[in-house]
Amino acid sequence: MAQAVVSSPGAAVGAGPPAALERPDFQIVPRAGLPIVAVALALLIAGIAVNELWPLEFLHVVAGAAWTVIDLFLGFVLGQIMGKLSIPARVEFTTRLMPKMVLIMPTVVTVTLAAGWQLSTHLGTNLTVNPLHGWVVASFIVVGVMAVIALGLLEPANIAVLTELKKPQPNPEVIERLMKRFIYTAGATGLMQVATLVIMTKLGAG
Amino acid sequence: MSASSPRVERRLPPVTQLGMLSLGLVLVAGIYLSAHLPEHVSLGPAVALLAASALVFAGNVLALARVKGFAWGRFFAVARWALLAYAIISGMIEYVFLRNHTGGGALVLLTLSLIVFAVNVPVLIAFTVARYD
Repeated sequence: MAQAVVSSPGAAVGAGPPAALERPDFQIVPRAGLPIVAVALALLIAGIAVNELWPLEFLHVVAGAAWTVIDLFLGFVLGQIMGKLSIPARVEFTTRLMPKMVLIMPTVVTVTLAAGWQLSTHLGTNLTVNPLHGWVVASFIVVGVMAVIALGLLEPANIAVLTELKKPQPNPEVIERLMKRFIYTAGATGLMQVATLVIMTKLGAG
Repeated sequence: MSASSPRVERRLPPVTQLGMLSLGLVLVAGIYLSAHLPEHVSLGPAVALLAASALVFAGNVLALARVKGFAWGRFFAVARWALLAYAIISGMIEYVFLRNHTGGGALVLLTLSLIVFAVNVPVLIAFTVARYD
């Protein structure tokens, strides 16, 4: 595996040559995962075309659960751990986790939303006369807020960290700043996911 | 402060903030329409929100275009792939609306909203990457 080097920010202060961190070679968008994304999207297209309850519920619940659990786990568990890791460990962890997130998150979000809308149409919960309509609209609002945070801050920070780490001489300050942004926004979307759990369990209970 | 600080501290227009504002406006338009579909929906509020979002987006792009020495090579390298990804995502959402026979003004507005969404996100991602180049 190819290796590259990142200078540690604190290393320049001390005497002697700056310490260097080894980081594994990686792809910002892991090409091996693209066929899996294609399969997920093909299943989504088929599920919506068929418009049967079980496939729609399967796609919405599986992708939605993955989205919620990943956000909660990243925001409240991994984020805390990453913040306390040493810089070399954080760099290695980042280069292994974040490329996967580049593919996983947009895919689960797209499947959840598209299958969710179709499911809502199938069940009639998107009709204003439906007693659960207010809860469905509440879920739109929660998703909207999460989308602004995730697409405006989290996703750009993710891609920017990976791009910085791909450079021959990455800037540790830039990585530190972007990682902080990533961890804080992951925490914020994690909090919003608690609201999603409340809404979705209410919709499931009827 | 290290020698690399200027790369972090470089003064640039508030592209992220304006991009998020534009994204927020277009999402509110989408939520408003989705909350009423498939029933009749007054298009006025959605038109106003979409127009405001498009205006903020255009202003954002113009402000960014005036920055001298910006890493446009990196910006477009990232933006074109992000645009492809978000065009696919928007296409999937559009497909659901078409599948449910959404039509008329609501479909036009939803499509335009999805276009504004699909161009906004790549700008946000590409800007964040290129600003540190």
